Amino acid sequence: MSIISLIIKREFIAKVRNKSFIVMTFLSPLLFVGIAAFVGYLSSMKAETKQIAIHDESGLFVKDFIAENNKKGEYKYLDLTLVNTQVLKDSITSEGYEGLLLIPKTTNRADFESNIQFISNSSPSISFIEKVQNVIGNKITNINLVQAQLDTLAIKKAQSVVNIKLAKASGEQSVKGLNEIKIAIGGGFGYLIMMFIIIYGNMVMRSVIEEKTNRIIEIIISSVKPFQLMIGKIIGTSLAGILQFVIWAVIGLSLMFAASLFFGVNVGPTAKLPPELMHQAQQEFASTAQTYIKELWNLPIANILLGFIVYFIGGYFLYSSFYAAIGAAVDNQTDSQQFLLPIIMPLMLSVYVGFFSVMNDPHGTIAVVFSMIPLTSPIVMLMRIPFGVPLWQIAISVTLLFATFFAVVWFAAKIYRVGILMYGKKPTWRELYKWLKY
Amino acid sequence: MSILLEVNKVVKQYGDYVALNEVSLSVPKGSIYGLLGPNGAGKTSLIRIINQITFPDRGEIILDGEKLQPKHVQYIGYLPEERGLYTSMKVGEQCLYLAQMKGLSKAEAKKQLDYWFDRLGIQGWWNKKIQELSKGMAQKIQFVVCVLHKPKLLIFDEPFSGFDPVNANVIKEEILALKEQGATIIFSTHRMESVEELCDDIALIHKSNKLLEGKLVDVKRQFKTNSYEVGILSDNVEGLMYDITQKFTVGPANFKSLNKELKLEIQLGTALPNELLHVLTQRGQVTHFVEKIPTVNDIFIQSVSGK
Repeated sequence: MSIISLIIKREFIAKVRNKSFIVMTFLSPLLFVGIAAFVGYLSSMKAETKQIAIHDESGLFVKDFIAENNKKGEYKYLDLTLVNTQVLKDSITSEGYEGLLLIPKTTNRADFESNIQFISNSSPSISFIEKVQNVIGNKITNINLVQAQLDTLAIKKAQSVVNIKLAKASGEQSVKGLNEIKIAIGGGFGYLIMMFIIIYGNMVMRSVIEEKTNRIIEIIISSVKPFQLMIGKIIGTSLAGILQFVIWAVIGLSLMFAASLFFGVNVGPTAKLPPELMHQAQQEFASTAQTYIKELWNLPIANILLGFIVYFIGGYFLYSSFYAAIGAAVDNQTDSQQFLLPIIMPLMLSVYVGFFSVMNDPHGTIAVVFSMIPLTSPIVMLMRIPFGVPLWQIAISVTLLFATFFAVVWFAAKIYRVGILMYGKKPTWRELYKWLKY
Repeated sequence: MSILLEVNKVVKQYGDYVALNEVSLSVPKGSIYGLLGPNGAGKTSLIRIINQITFPDRGEIILDGEKLQPKHVQYIGYLPEERGLYTSMKVGEQCLYLAQMKGLSKAEAKKQLDYWFDRLGIQGWWNKKIQELSKGMAQKIQFVVCVLHKPKLLIFDEPFSGFDPVNANVIKEEILALKEQGATIIFSTHRMESVEELCDDIALIHKSNKLLEGKLVDVKRQFKTNSYEVGILSDNVEGLMYDITQKFTVGPANFKSLNKELKLEIQLGTALPNELLHVLTQRGQVTHFVEKIPTVNDIFIQSVSGK
């Protein structure tokens, strides 16, 4: 058996047998599903209806609000026009009203635009205020239309709703909202890479530090080259990580499946509709779902998966070489903090750039530049790939990534080779630079 | 006697610091070779170069007639001063792993392990984790790992540290047995009495330079001052002293004896011992007459502080 595979095997077994690894592997999905179930339970609970008192001296709007009550929304409107305003104001707290809507009597309807008040002890949500404004605004518009003796029906007919169809030059149809799906897919993979790097990069570092503190390192590198040990360690740890991810995926999926069978969870918008609407909605839902599924299949799936594998390998090896070098340079984990920051920064940066710039404009300058820079490209480029990236850009990005990867492995191996034999002192950046020349 | 390991003008620099300055050594086959020197002299640097952990900036190393190369790691067994094992790994698995790294097949490694565990009486440890063992017990495992692949060249850096006297003796016996079987041993230590006891050859490194090298007896011969320790019972001490100081340089001596005799250390210079004896026997009863042989400790201190 070759030396490297021997090291990979040992690292893998050492990681997998570790008690905390076993606990993490089997507890995390349970915890995750548990939290998901808890959140689901909380949101399925019926929200408390909030009572809104309406004092409408004009008498124009209160009916429209009362009509809203039929829609079974979060808010229940009460017509309290007969009660004195001051009494109402005082009773907001005592009667438990969420708020009081005061509509004064005016002679000029234009005055309504600025004279309506909402009094509340808690700050109302923006959506609620918009809703109230809509109801009142619509009513006034309607009255205005009638007064101007315009045919409201004719106006309604004349209004047009435009629904732009998205399509590519190649003729493929597209659906709105697909961009969100694309960013979710790219983001999901990018996030996965980041998590993997942080969790298992750290594991690589810990295992290097362990060999140093155990003082076994000198025995080992009298048999193997430090470079072999480093590569074996990184590969062994990543295999353990992949196993952990696979187990998580399997447990998570089967738990989700079991949960959905057990609770009989209904999926989608059909849940709360009356039966006569249900059928129609189902059909609509099914047809949109079909379009979405079709669109999903039209995504460059092969590119995404291939990109994931390539960037995963490149990114993980790049970063874990850094982690290994840091582990070699320090004596214990607390000393590693100052060297870890420069590693975490580009990772965070790529996730932020990914979610803000790529979502905004997948082919904008920021997104393109960051998908070329090796330290951020694994995450940013993955987020861009679902939107279709020209091949030459991927080629440049991958070339840069792997060129940097080899440079960093060389650099890390040097630090590693010197660092593992340095005991009892916390190196500075300057010393690390000096080690490169040993 | 043929040479197993030849170190030829090896230079090693760390930045501006010169750790080894054109150091040359020849380690004869089948010998126990003591590599001595104060802390920071460059011993560990040299040992690491021989183990190919680091590489020399200049100079070369010849092992058994061949220039040192990666395949040679399996001919060398190394017990470093800073040593340890994976604490959470089981003894047996760990030994198998380290033996396989030295190029042994799994079956061969198992066979050798059985032999050594049996020999050192530690058969029951196979499934124990290192963290359950005491420091001395772990040291025994390290010793086994070091010798398991029957290396031609064994390098022990402070092998006895951490052992109690009983186990230190066990290890000493094993080292001698390995020598009998033909292994060559490089032995680096600060414990001069074990050098005295075990080594055939010594080399002394100080401040990155080799100060001296050779057969232990030759080195001692080189360092002897031709002085004798003398014990004498005499009625006329003044007369005696007068006679001796005429011819020789005299100083007080300190050795253990049962009589209350006069104890002297006498430097003969170019004279022969019989001339001294002649003077002594005329003045009293000689109870003690021993040539003063420099100890390794004397040689060490004298060389290091002299330069």
